[in-house]
Amino acid sequence: MSAGLILQYALSYAQIALILSIAMTCWRMLRGPRAQDRVLAIDTMYINAMLLFLLIGMGNGNVFFFESALVIAILGFVTTVCAAKFLMRGEVIE
Amino acid sequence: MTHLEALPPLAALLIALLVVCGSSLALLGSVGLVRLRSFYQRIHAPTLCYSYGTFLIILASMAMFSLAEARPVLHEFVIGGFMLITPPISLLMLGRAALRRDRDVKLGHDEVVPPHIPASEAPEGAPRDLTRYGAGPSDEG
Amino acid sequence: MRQLIPHPLLSGSLVLMWLLLTRFSPGHLVLGSMIALLAGWTVERLTLARPRIRRWQAIPRLAGLVAWDILRSNISVARVLLLGPNHPDYHSGFIELRLTLRDQNALALLAIILAATPGTAWLEYDRESGRLLLHVLDLRSEDDWQVLIRDRYERLLGEIFE
Repeated sequence: MSAGLILQYALSYAQIALILSIAMTCWRMLRGPRAQDRVLAIDTMYINAMLLFLLIGMGNGNVFFFESALVIAILGFVTTVCAAKFLMRGEVIE
Repeated sequence: MTHLEALPPLAALLIALLVVCGSSLALLGSVGLVRLRSFYQRIHAPTLCYSYGTFLIILASMAMFSLAEARPVLHEFVIGGFMLITPPISLLMLGRAALRRDRDVKLGHDEVVPPHIPASEAPEGAPRDLTRYGAGPSDEG
Repeated sequence: MRQLIPHPLLSGSLVLMWLLLTRFSPGHLVLGSMIALLAGWTVERLTLARPRIRRWQAIPRLAGLVAWDILRSNISVARVLLLGPNHPDYHSGFIELRLTLRDQNALALLAIILAATPGTAWLEYDRESGRLLLHVLDLRSEDDWQVLIRDRYERLLGEIFE
């Protein structure tokens, strides 16, 4: 068994783990029970999706997945901050 | 399997180890998100994924592309720096929002949180004893 | 010099980010520097508190300490998550501390450190009385959180910023 094959298996394991993890955050997002739980779950889901994109890029040997990962990370941050602001005040723009 | 086989064996094993550890930490964070009972406990769970989960996967990605392209590929540092600064900020804002919502009687809070004391009424000396708060209600219902 | 580059830290990191995201070439260096200068002038208009770093030597020590602490608490939080909820081995709850730091940038850095560390969540800080409300996942992992935070982080941050 060559090292390249082991790395291939490791990448597959990591992708499955992250997909499972995204499924769990989905469960928490649908379940709630309160709005802040849902926002926390969305934030975690964004970061997990970013890591998944990085891993897919590693599997394909393609550097360009990195850029979509960066965009996802930035969108996730902005989304969470806006949602938290909304929860705190009831308005996004005051 | 061209680019994965082309890596030096030792480096490939090391990268595999980093990837497995990082994704396991991310998975563990989400398991905590599902299993823990109150919101204030759950807010700790994703930090596993945010801190070392991301760090290990970024390290693996950087090592792999640097070896594969035979030049230092460092742009993952941008994600690393970004992840160093932004998740704490979003967690901080979420924590404050949750605290505010739990203190708001109108929203029908089910979580017992320490009340806010204005600075003028704050007792001097030793901090408050908060052991009776934060046991957390059950998630069910 | 002060007029041209009001925020050297911000501008420098922006140039570095620009060069990391593109392949290095003199053209990109010029373009990135122009964008960084523009960003510096824009931030100057916002009249934020300019970070004054007194001792650069303490920064690597702080970074190493934080990296080590985050690793340690990653392991302990992973253990708690595997034990599951309602396990008698850990007890989570709120604690209140008093901070002596007053510098805004030092407090911001402390907030980022505490929020990035698994196991502690920064909830509320009262600027007038310096009280801080934290939520801790495993209260039993340390004996005295006040002493821990004062000795470990506040002293170093005070050295760097005040």
